Amino acid sequence: MTDISAQPMPSQSAAASIMVGSKGMKKRHAAEARFKAYGIVAIVFSLGVLAFMLFTIFNDGISAFRQAQLTFPVTIDAAVVDPTGTRDRNTMAKVTTFSYTKVLNNSIVAALLDKGIPQEKVSDKELGEMVSKSAPAQVRNMVLADPSLVGQTITISVFANGRIDGYFKGRVTRDTASRDSNVSPAQLDLADTLRDAGILSLGWNSRFLTNSDSSDLRPETAGLGVAILGSLYLMFLVLIICVPIGVAASIYLEEFAPKNRWTDIIEVNISNLAAVPSIVFGILGLALFINFAGLPQSSAMVGALVISLMTLPTIIIASRSAIRAVPPSIRDAALGVGASKMQTVFHHVLPLAAPGILTGTILGLASALGETAPLLLIGMVAFVDNYPGAPISGFFDPATALPVQVYSWASRSDPAFLERSSGAIIVLLVFLVIMNVTAIILRRKFERRW
Amino acid sequence: MKSMHITASALAIIAVSATAAAARDQVQITGSSTVLPYATIVSEAFGENTDFPSPVVEGGGSGAGRKKLCEGVGENTVDIANSSSRISKSDIELCAANGVAEVMEVRIGYDGIVFASDVNGPEFAFTPADIYGAIGLNVAKDGALVANTAAKWNEVNPAFPDQNILMYIPGTKHGTREVFDEKVLIEGCKETGAHALFAAVAEGADDKAKASAANKECMKLRTDGKSVDIDGDYTETLSRIDADKSAIGVFGLSFYQNNTDKLRVATMNGIVPSTESIAKGEYPVSRPLYFYVKKAHIGVIPGLKEYVEFFVSDDMAGPNGPLAAYGLVSDPELAATQAAVAAETPMAPLE
Repeated sequence: MTDISAQPMPSQSAAASIMVGSKGMKKRHAAEARFKAYGIVAIVFSLGVLAFMLFTIFNDGISAFRQAQLTFPVTIDAAVVDPTGTRDRNTMAKVTTFSYTKVLNNSIVAALLDKGIPQEKVSDKELGEMVSKSAPAQVRNMVLADPSLVGQTITISVFANGRIDGYFKGRVTRDTASRDSNVSPAQLDLADTLRDAGILSLGWNSRFLTNSDSSDLRPETAGLGVAILGSLYLMFLVLIICVPIGVAASIYLEEFAPKNRWTDIIEVNISNLAAVPSIVFGILGLALFINFAGLPQSSAMVGALVISLMTLPTIIIASRSAIRAVPPSIRDAALGVGASKMQTVFHHVLPLAAPGILTGTILGLASALGETAPLLLIGMVAFVDNYPGAPISGFFDPATALPVQVYSWASRSDPAFLERSSGAIIVLLVFLVIMNVTAIILRRKFERRW
Repeated sequence: MKSMHITASALAIIAVSATAAAARDQVQITGSSTVLPYATIVSEAFGENTDFPSPVVEGGGSGAGRKKLCEGVGENTVDIANSSSRISKSDIELCAANGVAEVMEVRIGYDGIVFASDVNGPEFAFTPADIYGAIGLNVAKDGALVANTAAKWNEVNPAFPDQNILMYIPGTKHGTREVFDEKVLIEGCKETGAHALFAAVAEGADDKAKASAANKECMKLRTDGKSVDIDGDYTETLSRIDADKSAIGVFGLSFYQNNTDKLRVATMNGIVPSTESIAKGEYPVSRPLYFYVKKAHIGVIPGLKEYVEFFVSDDMAGPNGPLAAYGLVSDPELAATQAAVAAETPMAPLE
C-alpha cells in the first residue's frame, strides 16, 4: 500500500475521485448548463412572443367592448313617418330609414337647442352625422312595432358614429381629424361638450356580442351575434357527426379488425388524412355537399360536414390511443369470466377509455373552431345580416363563424373594424380557453393510470 | 354490396333532407371584392326597409363570381354576381352552356383608382408616363428601347423628389389591375413613345396585331423589386406603406376616402381624384362597376327583383345616397338603368 501511495500521482488519476473536479467533468457540466440555458431562452422567447401577441390583441380589441352612445329625446314626427295618417303598420312600412334620418337629425338639433348647447362651427348636417347610421332603423323598428309612438317624444339611446366613438378610444385625434374627410375637429369639440352635458356617454357594449355584422358605413354596430351562433351550431353538429363515427371506427380498428395489409393501409391513410391541408376538405365539401347533394350554400350544416371530415382523423387517432392505453389484463379478465368480445369492449374498455376519447374530441373541436380556409369555399365567408333560425331548420340557414368574422373585418377599409377584429379574436380566445380548460379538467378528474 | 347500399342510402338521406331544407328565402350574391362593400351597404338597408331577409354577400373576385353565376340555374346556385369589370364573351358562352340563358346587366356607378403615399411624405403629381417610366420593364430613351434602371423618382421626372421608387400595385387576380394596365401603363407607354417602338419591332400580320403585341410589352413590369404585386386587399397595401413610408400604393377611391388621415393622394394629369372629378370624366383612371342578375331566378327567389330595384333606386345609388357617401361615383344614366331593371331587360349580346 505504502509503495503505491508513494508513487507520484499522475495528474489524470486525480480525476478518478468524484470529489475533485476534472476537465472532462467541467466540460460536461458546462454543456448541461448551456443546454438548460437554451431551454430557458426558448421558453422565454415563446412566452415573450405570446405576451406580445396577447398585448397587441387586447390593446386593440378591448375597446370593442365599450361604445359611445347618445341619449336624447326624439320627436316622432307624424307628418314624416305616417304621411297617410292611418297608423297602419303595413302602410307605415313604406316609409324608409332615409325619412327617419331626417327625424333623428331634427331631434338632435332640437335637443341641443333645448339644453342651450351651442353648435359652434358644426352644421346641422354634420351634427346629424355624429349619430350612427344604424339609429334610423332602430327608431323605425320601434315605431313599426308600436304605432302609438307616432307623434310622441321618446328618449332613446343610440350609438354615436364610429369616428366619434374612435375619438373617445384614442383612435381618432384632432390631428387625424383635420385630415379626415369623415370627421372634423369641430365635431370632436362638440362631442366633448355633449359628454359633459350627459348626452354622450361611454359604456359597456353588450351589443358587440349580439348584433349581426354591419356594412362599412357603420362599424360601430358590427357585432358577433351571427358568428357566435354559427360557431355554436358548427361545434354542435361536428360533435354529433364525429363522435359516433370516430369512436365506432377506432373501436373496430383497435379491438375487432384483423391485422392484415388492408387495416395497415387504412391506418396509414388515417394518419395521412390528419395532415391534409384543410382547404382540400373545403374543395371536397363544395363538390360533394353543395354541387352533388344540393345542400344550401353558406349553411352551418355544410360547414359542419366539411369540418367533420377534417376533424375525424384527429378524433380517431386520439380515441385509438385512449383505447390502446387500457391494459390488456382488463380485457383478459373480462373474457376470462365469460364476457363476449362486445361485452368486454362496451362494459370495460370503452368506459375506461372515455376520458381520453373526450379529451381528444374536445381538442379536435378546438382546432376546428379556429378553421376558416374550408369555410371560404362553401360560402360561409360572407356578409350575413340575419341570424340563422332555431335548430333544426336553422342548421340550413346562412351563417358565419368566429374566425371568419375576424378575417372579414380585418380586410375592411374603415380603421374602426380593426378594433372589432381584435375584439372578435378575444372572444375566440375565450371560447378556446374554455374548451381547453374543460379538456384538462376532464382529464385530471377521470383519467386513470395503470 | 352491403356497404354500397349503406353509402347509397346515406347519400340519398342527405339529398332528401337537403331538398326539404333548401327552400331558400334569401338572395345569394358573390363576386368582386371592390363591389362587396357597396353590396353589403345595400343588403343591410334592404333588410331594414323591407320584410325580406338581407341578402348574403360573398367576396372572392369578379371572375370567380361570374363563373359561379354561370354554373347553372337552381336554388343552390347564386343569383347575382358582382363584377368590377364587364362580363366577357367566354363567361356568356359558359352561362349558355349551363342553361343560364338570360342575364341582366346592371351598371351601378363608377369607381376611381387612386395613387397614394404616406400622409407625411412629399406630394406627387403623376402622369401615366411617370408611372410607366418608373415601373415599366423597358422604357424609351433617346428613341431606343432600354431596360429600365431608374432607382429614384427624380431620375424619372426631375420635378419629383429624390426618393426611392417603390410601388405596390394590385395583383393580376384583381379587376383593378386590368384598369391599371389599360389606363395607366398602356397610356403611359404611348405617351413616352415606347409603344411605337414596341410596335415597330413587334411581329404581326397587320397594324392591329402589332399594336396588341405592343400593348402586351407595355404591361410588362420590372422584376427587380421596384414594383410589387399585392394579391391581398387594400388593407395589406396600407400596412405595407405604413412599414415603408417611401412607397406609393394603388387604392380604390372609397378606401382612400376612409383613410385620408393616413394617406396622401397623388394627382393624375393634374386632377385630384374625387367623386366629382370622376363623375365629370376629368380624372382618367376610373371604371364602371356592374352586377349581373340571373333572370331565371326572378320570381323564384323571394326579394331578388326588389333588391335589384332597391340597389339602383335614387335613395341608394343616387348622388346623395349612402353609396356615394362611401365613394361610389353615381352613374349619370341611372334613370335608364332603373327603367331597364323595372322592365327586366336582359343584356344585349356583346359585340
